[in-house]
Amino acid sequence: MATEHVPGGTVPASAPPVVDAPQELAAWEGLEATQEFKDLVRARWKFVIPATVFFLVYYFLLPLLNGLATGFMRTNVIGDVNVAYLFALSQFLMAWLLAWFYIRRANTVFDALAGRVRERAGRRVQP
Amino acid sequence: MNVTLVLFLIVVGITLVITGWAARRANTTVQFWAAGRGIKGWQNGLAIAGDYMSAASFLGIAGLIAFNGYDGFMYSVGWLVAYLTVLFLIAEPMRNTGKYTMADVLAYRMRPVPVRSAAAVSTLAVSASYMMAQMIGAGSLIKILIPTLDTNLKSWFNWEVLGTKLDPSITLVGLLMMIYVIAGGMVATTWVQIVKAVMLMGGAILLSFLVLLHFGFNLGNFFSKIASVKDAKSGLNFMQPGIQYQYGKETVWGIDKALLENISLGMALILGTAGLPHILMRFFTVPNGRAARTSVAWAMGLIGSFYIMTTFLGFGAATLVGKAHICAVGSTCKTPNSNLAAPKLAEFLGNSFFGSGGGEFLLALIAAVAFATILAVVAGLTLAASSAFSHDFYVNVLRRSISHKEVSEREQVLVARITAAVVGLVAIWLASKAGATTNAAALVAGLAFVIAASANLPAILFTLFWKRFNTWGAVAGLLGGTVMSIWLYTIGPGFSLPVPTHPAFPLANVGIVSIPFGFACAIVFTWIGELVRADRLAELKFHEIDVRAQTGLGAEPAAAI
Repeated sequence: MATEHVPGGTVPASAPPVVDAPQELAAWEGLEATQEFKDLVRARWKFVIPATVFFLVYYFLLPLLNGLATGFMRTNVIGDVNVAYLFALSQFLMAWLLAWFYIRRANTVFDALAGRVRERAGRRVQP
Repeated sequence: MNVTLVLFLIVVGITLVITGWAARRANTTVQFWAAGRGIKGWQNGLAIAGDYMSAASFLGIAGLIAFNGYDGFMYSVGWLVAYLTVLFLIAEPMRNTGKYTMADVLAYRMRPVPVRSAAAVSTLAVSASYMMAQMIGAGSLIKILIPTLDTNLKSWFNWEVLGTKLDPSITLVGLLMMIYVIAGGMVATTWVQIVKAVMLMGGAILLSFLVLLHFGFNLGNFFSKIASVKDAKSGLNFMQPGIQYQYGKETVWGIDKALLENISLGMALILGTAGLPHILMRFFTVPNGRAARTSVAWAMGLIGSFYIMTTFLGFGAATLVGKAHICAVGSTCKTPNSNLAAPKLAEFLGNSFFGSGGGEFLLALIAAVAFATILAVVAGLTLAASSAFSHDFYVNVLRRSISHKEVSEREQVLVARITAAVVGLVAIWLASKAGATTNAAALVAGLAFVIAASANLPAILFTLFWKRFNTWGAVAGLLGGTVMSIWLYTIGPGFSLPVPTHPAFPLANVGIVSIPFGFACAIVFTWIGELVRADRLAELKFHEIDVRAQTGLGAEPAAAI
């Protein structure tokens, strides 16, 4: 297996010694195949992919509607405040809420799952 | 001595004291480039906000809203939502796998010589266009806001280099940023950015508060006043979209041109932020991935609140001052200058609440805030540009990979300082040469963000998340994205003033073509690289970067101080 020291691919020579990480490619690959790692990756993507698709769609709806449904966007809703302005303001709320959801989940779920992978890695390097 | 000069000197004084204090802690590479990775999450959040909200955000957006109403607000929205890309996909993996620069992450998997060289090219291209815009802006701002300073400076700096007369105001800004970076490295830069973020937020809160106070905190009243302001040409009111982006007037490739421009701009803003080297670099200053996450949260809170306040500033200037009166002191107001919307608003509010001295004081205060804003941003850019050259190109390509020599810490920091000085001098010269004939705001949004999105983003995303990605794809994406962005921009309408009537490329915002092109280059050349079996290692190393990015295993630790 590719365990030899390959020029140009290794940790920079001046990097401080890494104590908690396996140094060989095979060990990284092994770690990647563990159930703990798969759980972490699945949990992250399960949040990140739909959230990314959602914010991209929500954001680009604003210029699209401004250009294609200009009349509708200029309709007043409350006093002189129109749909376009409210929709633009809602983008701020959307960004803050999504960021808050992500950080809450990352601090609890993702960090705990990553901790389990690191634990597993710690056991692996011990003979 | 007038009040403006005093406030300017206070800003300069505070930042120099910070630099003096930081200078003792800038002797190792990890201190110089990453502040020892000891910056706390919330501090880094403030510093990101300070690094990011440039004069283009503060004066530029307030001016766009004051002149074009609602459409100017589009920049604000894009510049905040962009941070979701950073938060979800970039911040933590960068911190977990990188050391000092974006290229460190790429070089984990790819062959270091080509990838680091290509990344240095794109990083320098982004930083150079960003920095030029900031410095040109700084030059004209100082001239307009405190003409006395500019004339005083002329007696000190009146130098001519290679046939170009150096602009005294630009030279002052350039020299200050060089002092911060050369003496204080990332520690000084970080704290200058934090101080600036606090000043900028304070200034925006004060002005917004006074605008609302003027309307008796009656928002209905405020908005109906805005809706009573009409654009002379289109007859639209200032709350309505369509004044800047005139929908339904022209078509390009069978699609409404204004719509295309707006979408193209949005793509550059949303995707470009995640590829800006001076922002990415900030994630290496915190101790771990969790702190990187926290810092994005703080940055988003600050940046979002600030951009909401730009509405009050812009609409406030539109209603209380009026476009026709937004121009430099002493000029006849034949050519309104949108960059002066916020300062003019400050003057009006000061006069109306605190009498005539109040107007002068508030104007001086906002000018000082704008000055601090520019200093903090250019310092961050200088550091990013210097790290790309010294760490990526000199240390890792020239010395380690080509001459196979280890480089001592002392030499690395020395080279970084020399590079920062060279970057600063070149920036002063280029900005003085380009001068006021360049459309500075268009340079930032139109070019720096576009190169970042077209070149850096595909390289980073694919390195972190695409197993088959290889050196060929990375180099092609970085160079293809950079070259395509610059080429389309120079043949398009965005580059020169006055705007040409029939440019070879129809759009001022080139992202809609160059971003897909950058991604396509990265993908197609990865396939070609696979066909010629150029780079098996990149695929094997994916397992390593995958585990590191997701878990933080083996991440660079914080330095012991």
